[in-house]
Amino acid sequence: MLEILLTNLLSPIVLAFALGIVAQLIRSDLSFPEPLYQALSIYLLLAIGLKGGAELSHTHWAVVLKPAFVTLLLGMLTPITSYVVLRKIGRMDRINAAAIAAHYGSVSAVTFIAAQTFGQLQGTPAEGFMPALVAMLEVPAIVVALMIVFLRSNHHGSWRDGLHEVLTGRSVVLLIGGLLIGYLSGMEGLKQVEPFFVSGFKGALTLFLLEMGLVAARRLRDLRKVGAFLIGFGILMPIVHGVLGVVLGSWAGLSEGGSAVLGAMVASASYIAAPAAVRISIPEANPTYYLTASLGITFPFNLTLGIPLYFALAHWIGG
Amino acid sequence: MLTVVLKLVTIVAERVLQERLLHELKELGARGYTLTEVSGEGSRGVRASEWEGHNVKIETIVSPEVADRIIEHIANHYFQHYAVIVYAQPVEVVRGNKYI
Repeated sequence: MLEILLTNLLSPIVLAFALGIVAQLIRSDLSFPEPLYQALSIYLLLAIGLKGGAELSHTHWAVVLKPAFVTLLLGMLTPITSYVVLRKIGRMDRINAAAIAAHYGSVSAVTFIAAQTFGQLQGTPAEGFMPALVAMLEVPAIVVALMIVFLRSNHHGSWRDGLHEVLTGRSVVLLIGGLLIGYLSGMEGLKQVEPFFVSGFKGALTLFLLEMGLVAARRLRDLRKVGAFLIGFGILMPIVHGVLGVVLGSWAGLSEGGSAVLGAMVASASYIAAPAAVRISIPEANPTYYLTASLGITFPFNLTLGIPLYFALAHWIGG
Repeated sequence: MLTVVLKLVTIVAERVLQERLLHELKELGARGYTLTEVSGEGSRGVRASEWEGHNVKIETIVSPEVADRIIEHIANHYFQHYAVIVYAQPVEVVRGNKYI
């Protein structure tokens, strides 16, 4: 376990993330221009879509069916478990609980990428079609969480605008678009774009993680405002969801690496698709809560300790 | 050249509201607008987080009646939950009928 942990902590992407945090804490003038951040996120999302789609093109549908079913199930279950924990144990109001639940049910693409990269490094790579599961995990949770709010109270946001925001948001469009392009053009098609989209991938990821470190450190300042409960929630909820993901993934026939990556996906909290949708649809919810929990607590936790933990668990179950 | 006095309405709002506001401005009678990405600080704190998007500044030149309607609409629908400010000032323009 310790060895796995060290391999992860000393990987370039985790170190780059740490550099970002340090740079922000010492008030360095290092900052990413927004177009660069946008460009990197477009590149990463399209790249994983392309690779996943190309893999799907030569995978038999029966292999994907059970993992896909499990993913959808988890996508609908995790916002509900999050909501119940936030309401019953955290005594949070309905609006903020639902807003946070939307984030914890949905998925963080970067956590997924980090987990997948870690699997390759460990010699237990996940199935190539995993990006398709990311696309499936992203939307349902946000819909479920919005339903909790809209069915049980009347308020100011727009349910339709929120749904539109999720379905047409750049992460969904790029991921599903990339999957389609990859699927239609196949492995041959992927070869044509490989020098750019595959070889440069880890470099771009490292840059992106540096930026993530800067952003996460900015949220750390709000830790005091969110309180001890939410900090604990931001660490324990991912572990519960992660274990659930690993166990169900392994039940669905995923490999050791695949179950671990599914665990990391289920454990992760969204911070691109969900915040935009929630801000539009549930404006009364306080962004400090959901953004700080998702970006300032859960993302750093998963990146450093969570991912090795899910891999160790998958290994234990598999072995 | 002959100028007429119209109202320049400026809205500064969080980025997520952009599409909605532009759509509603047209419905309220604005004929055009200028959009700029901005950042700054106000009663809701610094709004420069990439995760929520930058702020947008929307400027539109309209008749005084439309200006009132826009300000009232924004006050009623957005002030409570969103980071938005809106203000109007008189401006002298040529080709006044272009705007109303």
